Amino acid sequence: MSSDLSEKILEYVDQLGSVDTLDLAKHMQVDHQKVVGIVKSLQAAGDLITVEQQVSKRWELTDEGKTVVDKGSHEFLVYSAIPAEGIAQSAIMQAIPNARVGFSKAMSSGWITVTKNAGEPIVARKVDDIKDTVRDHLQLILAKSPDEVTDEQKQEYKKRKLLQEVVTKSFLLGKGKNFATSVEKPETELTQEMIASGSWKEKNFKPYNLDSLGISPERGHLHTLLKVRDQFRQIFLEMGFSEMPTNNFVESSFWNFDALFQPQQHPARDAHDTFFISEPKLSTKFPSDYLERVRRVHSEGGYGSQGYGYEWKIKEAQKNLLRTHTTAVSARMLYQLAQKEFHPAKYFSIDRVFRNETLDATHLAEFYQVEGLIVDHNLTLGDLIGTLYEFFKKLGISQLNFKPAYNPYTEPSMEIFCYHTGLHKWIEVGNSGVFRPEMLLPMGLPEDVNVIAWGLSLERPTMIKYGLNNIRDLVGPRVNIQMVHDNPICRLEK
Amino acid sequence: MPIIGVKRDLLFKSLGQEYIHFLFSSADDQFSDLCFEFGLELDEVTTEKQMITNEQGAEQSAGASEDIVYRIEIPANRYDLLCLEGLVLGLLVFQGKLSPPRYKAVTPEKGSVQKLIVTPATKLIRPYAVAAVLRNITFNQDSYKSFIDLQDKLHQNICRKRSLVAIGTHDLDTVVGPFTYDAKPPSDIKFQALNQDKEYTATELMDLYSTHAQLKQYLHIIKDSPVYPIIYDKNGVVLSMPPIINGNHSRITLNTRNVFIECTALDLTKAKIVLDTLICMFSQYCIDKYTAECCEVLLPDGTVTRYPELAYREEVVNIQKTNTYIGISEPADKIAKLLTKMCLKSEVANSEDQVIVEVPPSRHDVIHACDIYEDVAVSYGYNNIKKTIPKTATIGAQFPLNKLSDQLREQIAQAGFTEVLTFSLCSRDDIATKLGRNINDIPAVHISNPKTLEFQVARTTLVPGLLKTLAANKKMPLPMKLFEVSDVVIRDETAEVGARNERRGCALNCNRTPGFEIIHGLLDRLMQLLEIPRSSNKDMTGYYLQAVDDPAYFPQRCAEVVANGQVIGIMGVLHPDVIMKFELTHPVACLEINIEPFV
Repeated sequence: MSSDLSEKILEYVDQLGSVDTLDLAKHMQVDHQKVVGIVKSLQAAGDLITVEQQVSKRWELTDEGKTVVDKGSHEFLVYSAIPAEGIAQSAIMQAIPNARVGFSKAMSSGWITVTKNAGEPIVARKVDDIKDTVRDHLQLILAKSPDEVTDEQKQEYKKRKLLQEVVTKSFLLGKGKNFATSVEKPETELTQEMIASGSWKEKNFKPYNLDSLGISPERGHLHTLLKVRDQFRQIFLEMGFSEMPTNNFVESSFWNFDALFQPQQHPARDAHDTFFISEPKLSTKFPSDYLERVRRVHSEGGYGSQGYGYEWKIKEAQKNLLRTHTTAVSARMLYQLAQKEFHPAKYFSIDRVFRNETLDATHLAEFYQVEGLIVDHNLTLGDLIGTLYEFFKKLGISQLNFKPAYNPYTEPSMEIFCYHTGLHKWIEVGNSGVFRPEMLLPMGLPEDVNVIAWGLSLERPTMIKYGLNNIRDLVGPRVNIQMVHDNPICRLEK
Repeated sequence: MPIIGVKRDLLFKSLGQEYIHFLFSSADDQFSDLCFEFGLELDEVTTEKQMITNEQGAEQSAGASEDIVYRIEIPANRYDLLCLEGLVLGLLVFQGKLSPPRYKAVTPEKGSVQKLIVTPATKLIRPYAVAAVLRNITFNQDSYKSFIDLQDKLHQNICRKRSLVAIGTHDLDTVVGPFTYDAKPPSDIKFQALNQDKEYTATELMDLYSTHAQLKQYLHIIKDSPVYPIIYDKNGVVLSMPPIINGNHSRITLNTRNVFIECTALDLTKAKIVLDTLICMFSQYCIDKYTAECCEVLLPDGTVTRYPELAYREEVVNIQKTNTYIGISEPADKIAKLLTKMCLKSEVANSEDQVIVEVPPSRHDVIHACDIYEDVAVSYGYNNIKKTIPKTATIGAQFPLNKLSDQLREQIAQAGFTEVLTFSLCSRDDIATKLGRNINDIPAVHISNPKTLEFQVARTTLVPGLLKTLAANKKMPLPMKLFEVSDVVIRDETAEVGARNERRGCALNCNRTPGFEIIHGLLDRLMQLLEIPRSSNKDMTGYYLQAVDDPAYFPQRCAEVVANGQVIGIMGVLHPDVIMKFELTHPVACLEINIEPFV
């Protein structure tokens, strides 16, 4: 039916060239709203018709106004009801509907007068003849000659609720660029059939709403921190580093501390800082001659060192723990390297390490340590500094500053600071140094071989990059999965 | 790293430098820059009042000093910088305003040397002792406080909370030598301890101090020993009961002129370092500057040793080696100058390619030539060293297990699963009770000193972490498809340390219905990617599922994954009990496999 109506409308437009929807509604004897609905759908079908909004106002009588036209104005009725001898005010008030309005209007028009007789007000005619202008005016408006009534008067009647102004919105229709008298519904999508039949050539297509959002693709996501890990791995691989096998969270104190020339009374070996293992409690398999060399360098020195001058105990070295740094693995790698004919090497790893620390917004009991090391003849501190500049350049950091520091297994040791252009300050980003001869020589590495190394946490640069203040928003089960969904690809250099 | 607090005005006065505010750089900034160069860190600018307020609350800080205090972080091996005196000396020498002092120990006239006699009983508890005297010293309020603070810093650091070494300092004029270092049953020890108004037995003291804010942390060192260490003078006056408390009788005051220092220890090397450090820092207040008086320590075997050692050691370093190590090329005289700035007085050897370095008793951290190289580098300025790139040519390589893990992670994400990252440590309940198991049946690695329940064991399965992530993300729309590829830790006697990591892949689907088929589909996809065919006759090649009962899974909704004849994992619909224990509401289908066989 509605397509019938559409075509009817189009025919009218065809005949008249331009037509108002209000007139159409009257002609077709259809509700105006319905016509408007059809016009909207025609509009969506492309440039079939032109549509121009019209706003028209007209005056209409209220029900009360209509009564006035029928019977005369309230004041007329009051006047007419007064006999020549006058009448008690109370009587007339009861006799006539709307007498209160009519009385006051008749009074102000000077038609009637009130006198007092024995305390009771008596109403009497004041003039002999009157003209009911209000009724005449309303009749004019009803007869579609509103212009004969002044605006002032109209406003007055509006105030008296005899008249109301009605605003009508309608549309002026005209022929569009692609005007036709038959409606073809615009297609929403191109279909396989249309392509096969070629019918797409004849069809109109509904335009897309380019302001709406697309449908979110069905997909999985990689974790924010691990995307950063991927980038760090990439950087090391680009720089020719080989990845160390760091898939051993449980380590003996020997490889975690003793091999690194970290004395047995070092605070890091305290239960306050390190997770020790009750099961399996001890390690027993060590390379015995190397173990002896480590014992000697700690307790007596050697290799040019004074040693620490204390009684080194194997019991302490046997204690199993959760590794506190991946340097434990570096030590194993270097030891292995020393067992063969020497060749230079570059190693890296990014893996979990564990600290029995007090937890806060930036510290967890486990975190990812990024570590890199280069092993070669006569490497210098300048080589380390140069390498660090290259490494950090790939992370988008070009301003570095090095602070002397202390670390039991590196000498010289340097803390790495970088200038954060967003925060406008120097922040510590990592540690670095040259491994001590007391660590390398007992392994059997040649005397002129130096190892330069550096380490940093993966979480800290990630938190700085994404502006996170709490590490729990990045790692662990309480991470908001929506954050993982919304996280951009990781471009550290940007 | 230890942090010391020094009064700024006192520090600046001692440094003889006016630190006035310039337009662009404040006094604090300038000092901070100097610290940075020298390897220190100006941690905080505060006041004593502020520090007390922060630690004990505003009520306690009333009347405290509002002088500006610098809190400075000191490298853990630089005991010589743990007080204002040492810090100022180090910085003045670094700035070339002072030459390093020469410390010496003098032996007094025959017969007047103080003796400390060590009895055989001390072997049972704390066998070593060293001692020295600071003669004709003058303290003022600040230096006295600094002297006490330094002992505290040494106790906290090198002395390992007094367990390795304990220091006692006494007013020598209140006691009479020779002194005896003995060990006695606690009930036989009775004396008036520092700040007490009456005598207590050692047993009573231990009881008294069990609630003492500072002292209670040291009680365990001797508490269970049948004998306690104790030092008496000739007349039986107690000097100290190491490592707990000194006697009140011999306490030092602002008016003390002669200080007797004793250190008792488990580690003789550290005791000597501690004694040397105290002497080096505070002998500057003696009439005979930088000089200490020797004491004799008599051991049970009859040996007599004189302390303090205040030993100077000579190290000869090769110039070329030094330059090569750092990556600079400085002549010998320049290197000697650089080292002297670091309190390592040096001169060029006759051969000109060597520098003779004198390591003073204040620098016990220097134990190898590499420590000297570092001081050259610090003195030269780390940031002045020329940047070079090592010529080391190597070919990069990925660790194959990590490479495979990353390839699979990428694929699982492409299959519509979202990666989570959970902790390796968890509670025993997480891997046992909550999964319907007994902890004793699980080959888990147990942690002996967890601070909280969350760190009792290393996880043996990735499932709990994923379920916890689900529980924390209930507001996300269903279905939730999560995965993790990471390590679990399994106890394994054949492994070198008795445990090994295992790389697992775990994925789950959570929805109104479990979606076993979704997890199953993921497994099929993974097997396809790994080129493992489906084994229809369930033989040694290919993969198949075989029904199994597992307490964590719903009956008849659980299967083992068998690949090439080896069980590599398990999949199924999680048991409602498990769902409830992880505070979840919706069904979950789950898969966990070991990926190591596919490397």
